[in-house]
Amino acid sequence: MANLKTDQKVKCFHCGEYCVEDTTHYDEKSFCCLGCKLVYEVLNENQLCNYYELSDSPGTTRKNIELGERYAYLDDEGIQNKLIKFRDAETAHLRFHVPNMHCSSCIWLLEHLQKIDKGIIRSKVDFIEKELFIVYKPVETNVRKIVEQLSLIGYEPELNLNQVDKVAKKKKVRTRVLKIGLAGFAFGNIMLLSFPEYFSGGVYTGEDFRKVFGYLNFVLALPVFLYSASEFHLNTIRSIRQRTINIDVPIAIGIVAMFLRSSYEIFSGTGAGYFDSMTGLVFFMLIGRNFQDKTYEWLSFDRDYKSYFPIAVTRYRGQIEHTIPVNEIQINDRLKIRNQEIIPADVLLLSKNAEIDYSFVSGESTPVNIRKGERIFAGGRLQRGPIDVLVQQEISHSYLTQLWNQLPDKSSRKSGFQQMVSIISRWFVLGTITIATISFAYWYNIDITRAVNAFTAVLVIACACALALSAPFTFGNMLRILGKKGIYLRNADVLERLADITSVVFDKTGTLTELESTVVEFHGDDLCDEDLRNIFSIASSSSHPLSVLICKQLKSFSNRDNIQNINEIPGAGIEGYVNSNYIKLGNHAFAGINSVDKTDFKNSRVHVRINDETKGYFLFRNKYRISVKEVADKLSQNNYQLSVISGDHEGERPYLEKMLNNKSALLFNQQPSDKLNYIKSLQDKGHKVMMVGDGLNDAGALLQSNVGFALSSDINNFTPACDGIILGQHFNKLAEVIKFAKAGQRIIIISFIISLFYNALGLWFAVQGTLSPVIAAILMPISTSSLVIYTVIASSIKARRLKLR
Amino acid sequence: MQVILILITASLLVATGFLIAFLWSVKTGQYEDDVSPAVRILFDDETNQSDNNSKS
Repeated sequence: MANLKTDQKVKCFHCGEYCVEDTTHYDEKSFCCLGCKLVYEVLNENQLCNYYELSDSPGTTRKNIELGERYAYLDDEGIQNKLIKFRDAETAHLRFHVPNMHCSSCIWLLEHLQKIDKGIIRSKVDFIEKELFIVYKPVETNVRKIVEQLSLIGYEPELNLNQVDKVAKKKKVRTRVLKIGLAGFAFGNIMLLSFPEYFSGGVYTGEDFRKVFGYLNFVLALPVFLYSASEFHLNTIRSIRQRTINIDVPIAIGIVAMFLRSSYEIFSGTGAGYFDSMTGLVFFMLIGRNFQDKTYEWLSFDRDYKSYFPIAVTRYRGQIEHTIPVNEIQINDRLKIRNQEIIPADVLLLSKNAEIDYSFVSGESTPVNIRKGERIFAGGRLQRGPIDVLVQQEISHSYLTQLWNQLPDKSSRKSGFQQMVSIISRWFVLGTITIATISFAYWYNIDITRAVNAFTAVLVIACACALALSAPFTFGNMLRILGKKGIYLRNADVLERLADITSVVFDKTGTLTELESTVVEFHGDDLCDEDLRNIFSIASSSSHPLSVLICKQLKSFSNRDNIQNINEIPGAGIEGYVNSNYIKLGNHAFAGINSVDKTDFKNSRVHVRINDETKGYFLFRNKYRISVKEVADKLSQNNYQLSVISGDHEGERPYLEKMLNNKSALLFNQQPSDKLNYIKSLQDKGHKVMMVGDGLNDAGALLQSNVGFALSSDINNFTPACDGIILGQHFNKLAEVIKFAKAGQRIIIISFIISLFYNALGLWFAVQGTLSPVIAAILMPISTSSLVIYTVIASSIKARRLKLR
Repeated sequence: MQVILILITASLLVATGFLIAFLWSVKTGQYEDDVSPAVRILFDDETNQSDNNSKS
């Protein structure tokens, strides 16, 4: 809604959007809608207006504030128990994910909830995870009240079946940091204790000191070897069991070799060991891993239908209503769906009629009218309720959720690049062992100690840092750069897969078109100003999305005239008298028009009748994103095969053909399963497919594709499971993102070549059996840091060139 | 020269103290949310708040 253009530049005091229609004034302040005003009132009453002083217009727009009975299920004891984390005689603890918090005002308000609801004892925010922790007194308030209050002030918590347990993940991050801290501590101290050795070979300090320093180094290095480096050891054991060689094998070989040789040198008194190099290596490797693993924890890329459906529904048993968890719904259950609730399964409508908003499913923003006995698909949101429905399919078998069954697991797929790394790792391991053995054999007859020295030194110095570090730092840096540009990738693997893409498939509705901006066209007789004014007056008294759009189109008439005998029939239209003219706005049946032009039926129409005379109709058409042509041109220049798949009819084919080049495939009337199959057929032809979609209906295709991008106007909105989320306004960067991914691979290959040079230098010393701890201690940090600096700088420069920075 | 041993022991003890402090801070989750504590400290006390409100 942010891209609405308006003449009067009045900003809403609450949310900061420009006030377009329905501007309300209260307390000498302007509000864009009643919802925003209501939030202000609530805050004002409870003396919480500090909220507005911490940052400018901190609120989010509250255009759809109607809660209805949406949270009625929270009254149910069983459901409450699922949400409550802890409970004793007087208090209970709740933890919610609140996607809407975004600024310091949000933190302030959410931590002062006890002022709004006296039953809340305290509330605390975790801003990074976007979580809200509430302690309350069950005698004074309840879960439903708290949730409704939160929704009312614009911080609707995310409640769903998929209450992900984040504890395990957090623990993993913590142990990683502990390991890094420990390795860093040991690295620093061992370096310090090794200084005498570096400068004088221990001559000035004497044999006793040398021994003491050696033992101390051993004590410091032991926890690093056993704890910090444990993941390298474990991964190596695992990969040997699977009879493969992954990147951890050469690292673990190096670490073990260094540890054993150093321990031997120290306890036999023959040398100072390489503990400084070993702990440094572990330290840098772990930092590299941590750098890459940094992801967007507050974004969910794994949301499937479960996180979208409500937790519970109301079921009739006989005449008695009771609440059951959604996954207990069975065929032939009779359910009561309340206003604003989401239909959890495929059902038949038992009530007279209903209006269902399928915008999450199909991307279509106008509600669909359903009559008694007709089918409602899972995923629609009820617009006006309540209604009774009869369940036709269990949740797991509904039309929508079927898409999730039998889908391939993406994580098991390896990109070409990963395969390359594992092949290089294999050769690396083979190479080092061969060189080590040859040098051992060469020195064996001359000097046995030198032979052992050379053998271990080769294993020590042939460090796989480049393999293990350049990819994490390059990809980690790229993920951060893209994240700043509003392109959020699930992890580094996505970048690797992205570089191999050969074919790009777009969904139409909501992806190439913008959901937020709709073009309203009038077809029919010319309307005079008075007619338009009358239409505006009638439409402005309805909250139906199409009426709102008409009002927006006719916003030059800011004052509405007096209306009499207004009558709105849900799912049909609205009628009334304005200035003694009888105006009717509605669908064709309501307006009394029999012949319907079937070719254009998908585009919604509102027919207009004035004084029983048909004047024409308003046509609502989704607007294409401005950058569609630009992106399509850039992609086809680089020989990507483009396709557009749409659930819509062929009406827009000529328009799309103009925008895309003639080699592109355009498919219409595609069911969600057709989309999935189309991706499959492309893959069978050897294509690596990128899918760009937005709704749940693209979910199957997004999962099947090699890289699935979800386009969203707001990262807090629902996005289906995908590999990346792109903010709508950054759609034009799509071609550059692929180029960037390719550049990333080149950067890594160059860094491999650099490391080859360092390895050759180190091996030259090693095979002669003259590798001293000092050389190792110098070579290792220089090679590591120069690689890290190269990858980070190179990827940043590339980003600047592609204008991604 | 023997004094070096004492100095090293002392320095290692101090360093270990910091290491323990670091491990403790990680384990108690002090690095997890680095935004809200920084903001929270700037919030006014209850008394100032009502002053602000009466002004507006």
